[in-house]
Amino acid sequence: MSDNRMEVRQVELEVLRYNPETDQEPKLQKFTVPCVNEWCVLDALNYLKDNLDPTLAYRWSCHMQVCGSCGMMINGEPKLACKAMLRDYPGTIRIEPLAHFPVERDLVTVADDFMAKLKRVKPYLIPGQPRTLEDGEYKQSPEQLKRYRQYAMCINCMLCYAACPEYGLQPKFIGPAAIALAHRYNQDSRDGGRDERQEEIATNEGVWECTFVGACSEVCPKHVDPAAALQQVKVASTVDWYLEHFMSWVKK
Amino acid sequence: MSRRPYVREVSPTSWYFRMPRYMRYMAREVTSVFIGIYTVILLVGLARLSDGDLAYQGYLAALRQPSSIVFHVLALAFSLYNSFTWFNVAPKALPIQIGEEFMPDSVVAGGHYVVWVALSLFILFWAGVF
Amino acid sequence: METIQTDVAIIGAGGAGLRAAIALAQADPKIRIALISKVYPMRSHTCAAEGGAAGVIKDDDSFEQHFHDTVGGGDWLSDQDAVEYFIHEAPKELIQLEHWGCPWNREADGSVAVRPFGGMKIKRTWFAADKSGFHILHTLFQTSLQFQNIQRFDEYYATDLLVDDGRCQGFTAIEMRSGQMRCFKAGAVVIAGGGAGRMFPFNTNGAIKTGDGMALAYRAGAPLKDMEFVQYHPTGLPNTGTLLTEACRGEGGVLLNKDNYRFLQDYGMGPETPIGKPELKTMELGPRDRVSQSIWHEIQRGRSVKTAWGDCVWLDMRHLGEKKIDERLPFVRDICISYLGIDPVKEMVPIRPVVHYMMGGIHTDTKAATSLPGLFAAGECACVSINGANRLGSNSLVEILVFGKRAGLSALDHARSQKPGNDAALTTLADAAQAKLRALFMRNVGKESISGLRKEMMDTMEEGCGIYRTQESMAKTCDKISELRRRYQNVALHDKTNVYNTDLLSALELGSMLDCAEAVAVGGRERKESRGAHQRLDFTARDDSKYLKHSMAYYNGLEPPRIDYRDVVITSSPPGVRDYSGAKK
Repeated sequence: MSDNRMEVRQVELEVLRYNPETDQEPKLQKFTVPCVNEWCVLDALNYLKDNLDPTLAYRWSCHMQVCGSCGMMINGEPKLACKAMLRDYPGTIRIEPLAHFPVERDLVTVADDFMAKLKRVKPYLIPGQPRTLEDGEYKQSPEQLKRYRQYAMCINCMLCYAACPEYGLQPKFIGPAAIALAHRYNQDSRDGGRDERQEEIATNEGVWECTFVGACSEVCPKHVDPAAALQQVKVASTVDWYLEHFMSWVKK
Repeated sequence: MSRRPYVREVSPTSWYFRMPRYMRYMAREVTSVFIGIYTVILLVGLARLSDGDLAYQGYLAALRQPSSIVFHVLALAFSLYNSFTWFNVAPKALPIQIGEEFMPDSVVAGGHYVVWVALSLFILFWAGVF
Repeated sequence: METIQTDVAIIGAGGAGLRAAIALAQADPKIRIALISKVYPMRSHTCAAEGGAAGVIKDDDSFEQHFHDTVGGGDWLSDQDAVEYFIHEAPKELIQLEHWGCPWNREADGSVAVRPFGGMKIKRTWFAADKSGFHILHTLFQTSLQFQNIQRFDEYYATDLLVDDGRCQGFTAIEMRSGQMRCFKAGAVVIAGGGAGRMFPFNTNGAIKTGDGMALAYRAGAPLKDMEFVQYHPTGLPNTGTLLTEACRGEGGVLLNKDNYRFLQDYGMGPETPIGKPELKTMELGPRDRVSQSIWHEIQRGRSVKTAWGDCVWLDMRHLGEKKIDERLPFVRDICISYLGIDPVKEMVPIRPVVHYMMGGIHTDTKAATSLPGLFAAGECACVSINGANRLGSNSLVEILVFGKRAGLSALDHARSQKPGNDAALTTLADAAQAKLRALFMRNVGKESISGLRKEMMDTMEEGCGIYRTQESMAKTCDKISELRRRYQNVALHDKTNVYNTDLLSALELGSMLDCAEAVAVGGRERKESRGAHQRLDFTARDDSKYLKHSMAYYNGLEPPRIDYRDVVITSSPPGVRDYSGAKK
């Protein structure tokens, strides 16, 4: 395996720094970091923290694109730092905390709003027909599994919120990931809680705040396609409305 | 000393300059303005028709103005752009599952194009163009 | 200091902690549950588990076979009463998760699908593609959101247990975002803090797996059990250590040396089975300890593949085809492409064994109770022990469920039986914990750095406590860790501010890892036999006459731990020969 993967190059990083105890506002700080070509941006940050500046604050854990901790803006684009490979960034790399979230410190954002919204959409199974353990598992065909599986892939990394201009302008918007998760349970053959969730998501703060920019799906590192989920919720709730107002004799 | 989370304000008037994908979105949205204006013109035409032949002839004459033709060509281009962008994302809103697999996006979008063309041809035929 | 009064407090919100919290919330909607974690629950490392979770569900399977696979896989160091409880609870827990929405893969008839896994004689591993841990964690987390009496404290780091009147009654924790210390007073405490794989340089573990839960209990007097048993997973990416699930082999992937020869047949796991038709419990479906050790031998014999990242062997999955890989192993494919630039559909993947899991941990009984009254533990941080000297793949995801629930309910029983504690005494203890932290802040920066000490620790752990060990290598590591623990006393912070101080967090985590590392090294040095994951070049055989025992490490301040031993519980399976040669049957 002879190639340039193991070559070391000096990478210029511009990192947004903000310490509420010493800084009035955030400002970019430059670092030059010796990086191995095959590294990702997270490796560069780890090198920086271990060797150049131990005060830098950022979140990370799994380094394998599944824990969702290390979302940040990399050259203006929401990315997982462990999925942003240095080979794709030939020049200076600008690293900022995820857009649209308040900055707690350096690259760490305040995630309270997202956590509250997640809880609000009831992202858990509300059984259509409750079963006991003795009854065994619900039968669910591979087709039924496939109807929702994609939406179950969300790692809660919040990149979609950082990409969504609606959320930036209107923070009340429940937002892509939370609604996609509600849709995930709505689509599950075992679930019977759609009506409860619709009360939260088929609203002006829910899907009707979405104007289908589509940015959420473009940045999603797990191909969840939240934009699709939101449009499907819109279609379904439109159908609900027509049924209710013009065909009320039809049972949902 | 303690927490003081810093909020980065989003400009309500210039946010879409931040990213090319936001510009593309705005372009799609702006096209609807032209479609809206065209609809108003069409409605005015109907009103003129109900006012009698003279009024309607005046309306037709106005449509033949070079500026009007330029506008209609632009509106046509924009409405095509709007339709294409919407049809291309239609599969997201209307996934169709057959067996385990979902129908490919191209088939769902293609279906929209087929219906679109068929309807257009029908209306043109009905209007006596052919 | 702000005090939070609660009935049961849980430290760690990964799979085990969340399962404990839900069990408590369901048992009694009126009790108060505090769920503390140093990260948001969905960041916990449960999310990184890929392959699946073992539970007897199919007609061709039996509890007896799961029992024997587990006990034999653990080289007879498992407590058999614990294993019996575990295997019987396993299917119930997996069905419970199914009822909570876990997207298990399905058979055509809609029943749950199972896949083969290493060391298991029957296919019994429930799976959700190759993201089983991720789905389990998110199912648990999302389920937990419906219970109003689970109060979460996300991004709180627990620093000290409060032990008064001979029982654990709470702990102190730092709220990361404010830097403020809080005192949690509880009727009982459950630790579910995960493993400590980050003490090694090359591991599959997330950054958060620094043994904090183990160290908390250990320092408070609860012994750590069987810490010398550290599992190497055979198939890690050679550069990042990223896990490639055992399911790669379960689905039919094979291991090859530089001559494209399936070398496992030379190490008691043959004869060779046909490519694309994996047979259970032999060749590539041998247990992790044996497979990793075989790779080590292959490297010694000069038959490894030389790569820029060191000696590797090949994992070949090409014959599985794109469709199967995308259906069953999509994450593996993504990871190989991201970090190595290799597509397993088209190319062989170089892999090498990587530190993955701690069989050892806080000693608990089958009720998940530690030796310290009021303190319970579950998950990787605990050692019941069902895993013995070598955990079988897909048993840990079930362990967090079975014993997470058990710990929660045991803690509730305990909390209900206790009289209120002595508030003044607890406050004094909490103040002492805060003073200790303040001293760390006051210390001036000297020549010791956190990252420097951490690197020295990792290097010596790899050198002394790797796949194969000797008296000399381990003694050297013991001395080194002892030295590092003393030098750690001089570590100072560069960052002396309050808000989200990760310099402080790194320092505390390093302290936890050093304590755990010493228990691993000393436990290993004292176990003069080879068993499961603990393999010695100077004592190559298992010695049941002396070491059919759990090692128990007791915290001893700055001195090395005192090691004691405890009998293994044998109920129905006397120690025997671990046989992974498929042809003999």
